[in-house]
Amino acid sequence: MSTRTFGEPIKRNEDRRLLTGQALFIDDVELPGLLHVAFLRSQVAHAKIRKIDVSKARQRPGVVAAYVAEDLGDYWKPGPLLVPPPPIAGIVFNQRTQVPLARDKVRHVGEPLAIIIAESRYIAEDALDDIDVELEQLPAVVDLERGLRAGSALVHDDVGSNVSAHVRQTKGNYAAAAAKADCIIKRRFRYEHGISSPIETRGVVAQWDARANQMTIWDTTQAPVFVRNGLAAMLGLNERNVRVIAPFVGGGFGPKIMMFYPEEVLLPWVSMKLNRPVKWIEDRLEHFFATTHERGQIHDAEIALSRDGKILGIKDVFLHDGGAYDPYGLTVPINSQCTLLGPYVVPNYDSTFTQVFTNLTLVTPYRGAGRQHGVFVMERLLDFAAHELKIDRAEIRRRNLIPADAFPYKNEIIYQDFQPLEYDSGNYEPVLDMALEAIGYKTFKEQQAAARAQGRHLGLGLACYVEGTGIGPYEGAKVQVQSNGKVSIATGIGTQGQGHFTVFAQIAADQLGVAVTDIDVVTGDTDQFYWGAGTFASRGAVVAGNAVNEASKVVRKKALKLASDLFECSEEDLVLEDGKVSIVGIPEKFVRLGDLANQANPMRGAVQPGTEPGLESTQYFGPPMGATANGVHAMVIEVDPRTFDLKVLKYVVVHDCGTVINPMILAGQIHGGVAQGIGNAFYEKLAFDDQGQLLNASLADYLLPTALEVPRMELGHTVTPSPLNPMGIKGAGEAGAIPVGPMFAQAIEDALDLKERGVELLEIPLSPSRVFELTRKSGQ
Amino acid sequence: MDTDDHDITVSVNGVRYKRRVESRMLLSDFLRHDLALAGTHVGCEHGVCGACTVLLDGQPVRSCLMLAVQAETHEISTIEGLTDKDGAYHPLQQAMHDHHGLQCGYCTPGILMTMTAFLEENLSPSEDEVREALSGNLCRCTGYQNIVDAVMAAAQRMRG
Ligand code: FES
Ligand code: FES
Repeated sequence: MSTRTFGEPIKRNEDRRLLTGQALFIDDVELPGLLHVAFLRSQVAHAKIRKIDVSKARQRPGVVAAYVAEDLGDYWKPGPLLVPPPPIAGIVFNQRTQVPLARDKVRHVGEPLAIIIAESRYIAEDALDDIDVELEQLPAVVDLERGLRAGSALVHDDVGSNVSAHVRQTKGNYAAAAAKADCIIKRRFRYEHGISSPIETRGVVAQWDARANQMTIWDTTQAPVFVRNGLAAMLGLNERNVRVIAPFVGGGFGPKIMMFYPEEVLLPWVSMKLNRPVKWIEDRLEHFFATTHERGQIHDAEIALSRDGKILGIKDVFLHDGGAYDPYGLTVPINSQCTLLGPYVVPNYDSTFTQVFTNLTLVTPYRGAGRQHGVFVMERLLDFAAHELKIDRAEIRRRNLIPADAFPYKNEIIYQDFQPLEYDSGNYEPVLDMALEAIGYKTFKEQQAAARAQGRHLGLGLACYVEGTGIGPYEGAKVQVQSNGKVSIATGIGTQGQGHFTVFAQIAADQLGVAVTDIDVVTGDTDQFYWGAGTFASRGAVVAGNAVNEASKVVRKKALKLASDLFECSEEDLVLEDGKVSIVGIPEKFVRLGDLANQANPMRGAVQPGTEPGLESTQYFGPPMGATANGVHAMVIEVDPRTFDLKVLKYVVVHDCGTVINPMILAGQIHGGVAQGIGNAFYEKLAFDDQGQLLNASLADYLLPTALEVPRMELGHTVTPSPLNPMGIKGAGEAGAIPVGPMFAQAIEDALDLKERGVELLEIPLSPSRVFELTRKSGQ
Repeated sequence: MDTDDHDITVSVNGVRYKRRVESRMLLSDFLRHDLALAGTHVGCEHGVCGACTVLLDGQPVRSCLMLAVQAETHEISTIEGLTDKDGAYHPLQQAMHDHHGLQCGYCTPGILMTMTAFLEENLSPSEDEVREALSGNLCRCTGYQNIVDAVMAAAQRMRG
């Protein structure tokens, strides 16, 4: 190969379509005879359904059909359990999955009650007003602690309580460790995570073709293969007769995973029933209720330390808001539980959580997926310990880092991928050093004092984290040389902006000696690639990327074998570059890859037994367990002591995600993650009243960070390859978002001398008004 | 049906379209679904995200906050008209590609329309001015840094 593209900041293949308005997003799918769908959704969080009458809506001109739960017959079923509970002894899990249309009872605002199908979306929405609904409102379960008290209203009456799950995991013996501790710090923390709020909402288009016995579904999903398999089963079709296409998707960040949302389940059914294509596009208001959230946890946590700041153990008991249904199992709270341990040696750990049913939208992973909550607890505990023990905050972290020679490092408890939590590789101290250096840690105190002398309040924040990435089970890829010499790659994952069209092309380009721009990548079309799991848990590049690598290697071998037969020479005498195979030292003696592909598909003569036609290969890759990335973020902020308005003066990310395929795309992932982390730490809060009404369900009220709030970020990298895959890569999709909260809290305390004033920031988000309230409450 | 329809003539990217539309039809829906110019995206339909930004007589407007009938006799420019006749990128498109200023690309058409109009008025912006101009467009993927860099680079290139 002439130039290696792996590791280079190669510009993206997918950009041209996106920059010129030619990329196909879900709402761009137009089909002859297309009908449009609107949903009637519950406006209350918890109610008995007395009556839903759609007969008047059916009469409206332009309305084609209207259905309620009863109309679905046998098709009405609770959705599948997407992630079963992990094999942990003593686990309690009450499975209650969401239903396509509410029947008997509604359990959260926005739960669909009826579906209207009409000639246009305008008419479908008009017809919502024609529906006669009678709901008998019930008290709503909103507060986690109250929801667990005896006498609370019940989200699912038959469960008998609002416990969705209860899990305890331990390592060592915390009580024994605590008995020997010099210092124990105990606090209550509340961490709210917001909603992913991609700029494109969700959507589904379903087209049943009765003549072909074929169902085609365009869906804004991160996991098309799962959706195909699930919907085929529900519809009573063979998987082969269902094609799911995730077109260009305008951001996912978790909630666009294979949820089997009511809309996903209903549209194909409607299309079959009416024998017409149907489309539903979520509007922004619906998105706030109908797309899954991530939300809050309350932790009662304590840390036991020796005098010199060594962690002896941690005990944590926490409540996790699961929302009205729990189809995603325990992924989010298990992530919190595991990620809390961070990059530190924690010899003893005792962690118990209860996942609580509430009358609020379902909680499923959103970028970070519970990791933020755990990191917040750990980093804050270390801050308070440092203060108490009079140890520098960077130093206390350094003293507890897992040493470089301790990998693979076993944490004993079970992770979200059902494997025992084990960090594959890492070298943590240099990452901390680089971050301290970049933020100017040594000189900050002077800088702070100098600024203070001028009445300016500067603060520094610093947080460490690990990120479990790249979990199994597997992904696959098909790499195929076309007869024009270009290469096509297909994988089963969906893509939402991660640059898969480019990074997968880079991997194949190096193996096959073809230009990145001559490689066409298809993702998210189940007819192009049949098997796979999906894009989540920072796994696309790791798992699918390695499958592309394996398949490319096989194609390379095939090409060399064919050419060696042709030239009657040994494979070692051949080079593969610039789209052709030539003999070393005799560049004029060559054969183009495209011609080899043609020769591999002969029209006459016998194909050798044991060989396959075509220059292609399909390979799969499944890592034994997830690869653990790590990093340190640091920031300097300035806070206005009167308004508590805050400005980030400097922001540093130092990160180790193993071998890097494309540093430009990686930087983009980090930037975007940090921006979401800032939103989470500072602004984004779903404000519910005690009846479960969301009070800020618009982008004018639920604030997303703009270009004015997100600072310039400086990135640094170290590389500790993962031993778990041949390319040594680890995932990076969530790293930017994870540690921002504790760093904010720490920096604000630092800037305003809150420790000295007896104020501790034990919660996220921390808007200026919230910080004002907290400081005032304490009488300061 | 008690709709009230109107015959309108609208010019988009230099092409004149005559259509009959309901008075309540949003300009964004009209462009996307009636004219099949689906490059203009819709993120919120309440005027906050900026994804639907198009130019009306050269000025950025949110097409989700306008009715199609209000565009009668006006000149509209959309993302589909941003390259030149041979398909060559506008300098800002090129800079967005060079600086990795887009990930999912959903916000991108609105950002390109907003910021090309901005560059028409200010070819020597400071970074703060770029951020200010960009602050009406939400992007959930990029953290804005690469978009800001792209706009600065495009400005420099356009200054020559
Ligand atoms: S769609 Fe028009 S501003 Fe968001
Ligand atoms: S690139 Fe995805 S929203 Fe901007």
